[in-house]
Amino acid sequence: MATVSVPAEGARGGLLRRPTATTGFWSWITTVDHKRIGILYGITAFAFFLIGGIEALFIRLQLAQPNGKILSASTYNEFFTMHGVTMIFLVVMPLSAAFFNYFIPLQIGARDVAFPRLNAFTYWAFLAGGLFIYSGFFLGGAPNGGWFGYAPLSTVEPGNNMLFYALGLLMTGIASTASAMNLAVTIINMRAPGMTMFRMPVFMWMALVVQLLLAFALPIITVGLFQMLFDRRFGTHFFDPAAGGDPVLWQHMFWLFGHPEVYILVLPAMGIVSEVLPVFARKPLFGYQFVVFSGIAIGFIGFGVWAHHMFAVGLGPVANTAFGISTMIIAVPTGVKIFNWMGTLWKGDIRFTTPMLFAVAFIGQFVVGGLSGVTHAVVPADYQQTDTYYIVAHFHYVLFGGAIFGLFSGVYYWWPKVFGRMLDERIGKLNFWLMVIGFNLTFGPMHILGLQGMPRRIQTYPPTLGLGVWNLVATIGAFIIATSVLIFLLNAIASFRRPRDAAADPWDARTLEWSVSSPPPAYNFEEIPVVHSLDELWHRKYAETEGGIVVPVPAGGAGTDPAHGPGSAGPEGHGAGGHAIHLPGPSYFPVVAALGLPLIGYGVIFHMWMAVAGAIVLLVGVYGWAIEPTSE
Amino acid sequence: MESVHTFESEHEATSTGLPNTKLAMWLFLASDCLLFGALISTYVLYRGASLVGPYPSEVFDIPYTSVSSFVLLASSLTMVLALAAIQRGEMGRMRVWLLATALLGMTFVGGQVYEFTTFYREGLTLSTNLFGTTFYVLTGFHGTHVGVGVLMLLSLVAMSFTGRITSRDTMAVELVGLYWHFVDIVWIVIFTVVYLIPTGK
Amino acid sequence: MPLRRVSRTLLGAVGLIALVVLAAACAPNATQDTLKPAGPYAEKIDNLFRPVFWIATAVFVVVEGLLLYLAVRYRHRKGRREIPPQVHGNQRLEIAWTIVPAILLVGVAIPTVSGIYALAARPSGQVLDVNVIGHQWWWEFDYPGLDVNTANVLHIPVGQPVYLSLCAAGAGYEEQPAPHGCLEEATNVGDSVIHSFWVPRLGGKQDVVPGRTNHLVLEADRPGTYTGQCAEFCGLSHADMRLKVIAQPRDEFDAWVLAQQADAPTPAGGSLAATGLEVFNGQCIACHAVQGNPQAVNIGGPNLTHLMSRDCFAGCIFDMTRANLASWLKDPSAVKGGVPGGASMPDYNLTDEEIRALVAYLMTLK
Repeated sequence: MATVSVPAEGARGGLLRRPTATTGFWSWITTVDHKRIGILYGITAFAFFLIGGIEALFIRLQLAQPNGKILSASTYNEFFTMHGVTMIFLVVMPLSAAFFNYFIPLQIGARDVAFPRLNAFTYWAFLAGGLFIYSGFFLGGAPNGGWFGYAPLSTVEPGNNMLFYALGLLMTGIASTASAMNLAVTIINMRAPGMTMFRMPVFMWMALVVQLLLAFALPIITVGLFQMLFDRRFGTHFFDPAAGGDPVLWQHMFWLFGHPEVYILVLPAMGIVSEVLPVFARKPLFGYQFVVFSGIAIGFIGFGVWAHHMFAVGLGPVANTAFGISTMIIAVPTGVKIFNWMGTLWKGDIRFTTPMLFAVAFIGQFVVGGLSGVTHAVVPADYQQTDTYYIVAHFHYVLFGGAIFGLFSGVYYWWPKVFGRMLDERIGKLNFWLMVIGFNLTFGPMHILGLQGMPRRIQTYPPTLGLGVWNLVATIGAFIIATSVLIFLLNAIASFRRPRDAAADPWDARTLEWSVSSPPPAYNFEEIPVVHSLDELWHRKYAETEGGIVVPVPAGGAGTDPAHGPGSAGPEGHGAGGHAIHLPGPSYFPVVAALGLPLIGYGVIFHMWMAVAGAIVLLVGVYGWAIEPTSE
Repeated sequence: MESVHTFESEHEATSTGLPNTKLAMWLFLASDCLLFGALISTYVLYRGASLVGPYPSEVFDIPYTSVSSFVLLASSLTMVLALAAIQRGEMGRMRVWLLATALLGMTFVGGQVYEFTTFYREGLTLSTNLFGTTFYVLTGFHGTHVGVGVLMLLSLVAMSFTGRITSRDTMAVELVGLYWHFVDIVWIVIFTVVYLIPTGK
Repeated sequence: MPLRRVSRTLLGAVGLIALVVLAAACAPNATQDTLKPAGPYAEKIDNLFRPVFWIATAVFVVVEGLLLYLAVRYRHRKGRREIPPQVHGNQRLEIAWTIVPAILLVGVAIPTVSGIYALAARPSGQVLDVNVIGHQWWWEFDYPGLDVNTANVLHIPVGQPVYLSLCAAGAGYEEQPAPHGCLEEATNVGDSVIHSFWVPRLGGKQDVVPGRTNHLVLEADRPGTYTGQCAEFCGLSHADMRLKVIAQPRDEFDAWVLAQQADAPTPAGGSLAATGLEVFNGQCIACHAVQGNPQAVNIGGPNLTHLMSRDCFAGCIFDMTRANLASWLKDPSAVKGGVPGGASMPDYNLTDEEIRALVAYLMTLK
């Protein structure tokens, strides 16, 4: 057995004494273990999911009938803004980050990510940013200019609401950018010996594309947000037409980020589906290379379609043509994946476990969203569709019916690995069916509402337009979704009442994370595995003949015993005994540094001295981090 | 007995052969390119769009800014010399060249501060017109980058005194060097686009 | 889960979707329905959308059907132990299913591009020019050639293209006179925000962007009332920024224009309306113009000269009735969200008598 060394007390260097706890509250605050950070991301994202969902329920209550009176216009505007901001920046992105953080090292055969303390920092910065944005509710007004914050409304509307928006998103942006650096380097540079890029799981490829999208899209919105901040706070004129500025510049900045962002939102879920389908169909992913290349293509082309969100802005027929065509082009690699997934199911031996149900529903629902997306690319038709509920339907089909369903698939699939217990299958199926029914009941009718003339972002509508029936149906659907989420919560809580006895490989899966115990030890692998093929774990369990016929490898062969991890006796690694695995030590400095950010934010809004104090805290945090050794 | 596997990422084997920190720095600089790209694009888009003065041709002092640009360029040379010094194990020399780089960087920033206060007295503020808005924000972001670089340089010097940085740590100097050269190159682009290309106003 | 229940549930879902699609076709009160075009420009869009929609539906049926088939046909059979053959892909198939959708999209792209250009061009022949100015939160309509200025209700002649020039309102009440008509340069546009003009049955939408003048062509090919509303989030009362387009036969339209060009009558001395006029000249002239009243020339708010010729007001959210006018004058922001001190009608703390008199005066503005 390997021994793990924990850093000694009373470090010689550094500003603060090194934390040493490995269990308990403080161990979570100072952890740099990617698995714990992944869990923190996941729990926090889920909490925001509940809050964003409640905001949605209020929206649906308000819109259930014409001339609704549940929410005032000003509260409604805050709610729909915060629903969007929450779901995009505080739910889907961090939930994807949870999976990336937990599983990237495990799937590539590494012990941790490239920069563990940076990893911790990204979580705390994300939490700080999310709480900062929400604090607006208590400090004068939450963001109310829409999640897209179009200028000049966002720069001239009185109140601090949009300052919370700009500053909060700058904070979460810092978190995501830092995370992108970390995870991209990890995937590119820390793969186990023998794991070439084309032996990486598809989830890893999607993760890599997402990190690169983040790295190149976030700087643009960063500049835009600073411009908005400066227009509001320091009198600049970036979006001020009275000084010759162009409000449309904001839209360009926003969508140059915003479009890659939607691929950032959906590619992780596509990666998860690409993992889940082969496991439960008992066949490899059909056309691994095509799926990988289509993901890369989507990443690239995704930077060339942004103005399809602006077809009605008046950019002119040349621009509208160019972006209409580029949008049609990007439909191709997206469609290819659907067929590859279906090819995976073909002639498979499909077990409809809960994760599989979610994955298959992803495909079905993403197709709907993709098709409505193609109709948007027909630019003149988009002149009717844009800014209506038809668009709301489209993006909920791809982001909820797609991304969230994919993420739920991942939750059910990987729950035993993370928590050592299975989620209950029957409750899981109830969760699934309620969610499918509720989701389609909510968002299906919105296609009709949009085509019948219902614009977006309105807190009410008159009874004379005939929009009442489908709005009511949508509201009912929303409450069914809420019920399904509650059922999931019950399932989660119930799982913790069971003993932690899940097998290492309960699904008979294909990738390396299933080769270690559930949950994995702190050091992930006793010995770093040597990889010989794609779906490495599968090939250790089963041998494949020329014709693709599969026979199990006899037990006792090299590294076949999943309970003890690879290399326990085989020729691949060194002997397991006698090695001390040094893990990166826990640290206070990521939290300290992250704490500086909201202080700066509040300072910019209220009192400049607080911003200076925040900057000092940030500097202290960063310096302490730089001086502190990785481990002792 | 126990063979210890330390977890310092610079010394572990990597899939590409490049150390993690170096790869991360390159990725960060690539990302930073887009940051400056967005800022420079905004400047270019709004060039000539100011409704009121002062206009660039009225306030720019090209000879002055050329000198400060040269100062920044020279600092890249001293940076290279600092790296060469630590690669030869000459810590004393390294400190000298690092300090020189920092000093030149501070001179550059000082020169900008003087330049901006002059513009301010001539009536150009953040809120005067689009030129003031885009110019100060662009050069301000760049100046901040230079400032952070100076802090990193001085930190390297300080750490070399306390023994935290030894002749083994060429990577640290190399990384700061990469960042510093990037900031320099960005300035060349800014100087050309903002100062040298005539706008007719 | 037993197969029968799976397939029955799925079948039920498909049936529900079909029902929904059918029900969509039978919407009553469809004054804003994009699927019921009432003019050539809306029809151009509809003629492009419908075939693409049906192609998409066909793709949907095929793909989802295939998915369902695969899920049912290849589900695990109890007792089966062998692992299926590990097929890794089929390059020819994958190339084919990359190329076929691409070709399909080329087919869709061609009419798309010609549609973009067709809708962007200024129509030839006799065209009615109208300037549309977006305010927070009402629409101003200015007919430059005809010296007509009105709000919220846009009259157009049937069978003639209407070329709209769209722009955003100028600064608040401090800058007078506020800009009249659309401006090509970004002067005096102050604190205005982006709106979007949309009358679904007559055409697509086009944003109203401060600092720019955008254009949109509408045309009605039959008489009728077509509703629309602002389609770009513009603040507190975005939902309450609606409008009506009334398409009339040529002679009725010309009569309407003539009536709009006339001055407002002065009420008889001593009448309640005359008292109302005094109240009006005391407060309302700060923003409202009435042609024929030399004191009322400002146009921060809607031109009221022919208020009674419109059947709705306040961004077309209220019917033009005495009661509605009275409650509006009593406290505007209680009935429509506004920004105190900003771009919306303030509360002048009028007494009930003043309001009665004012309403009497407004009723004379036919």
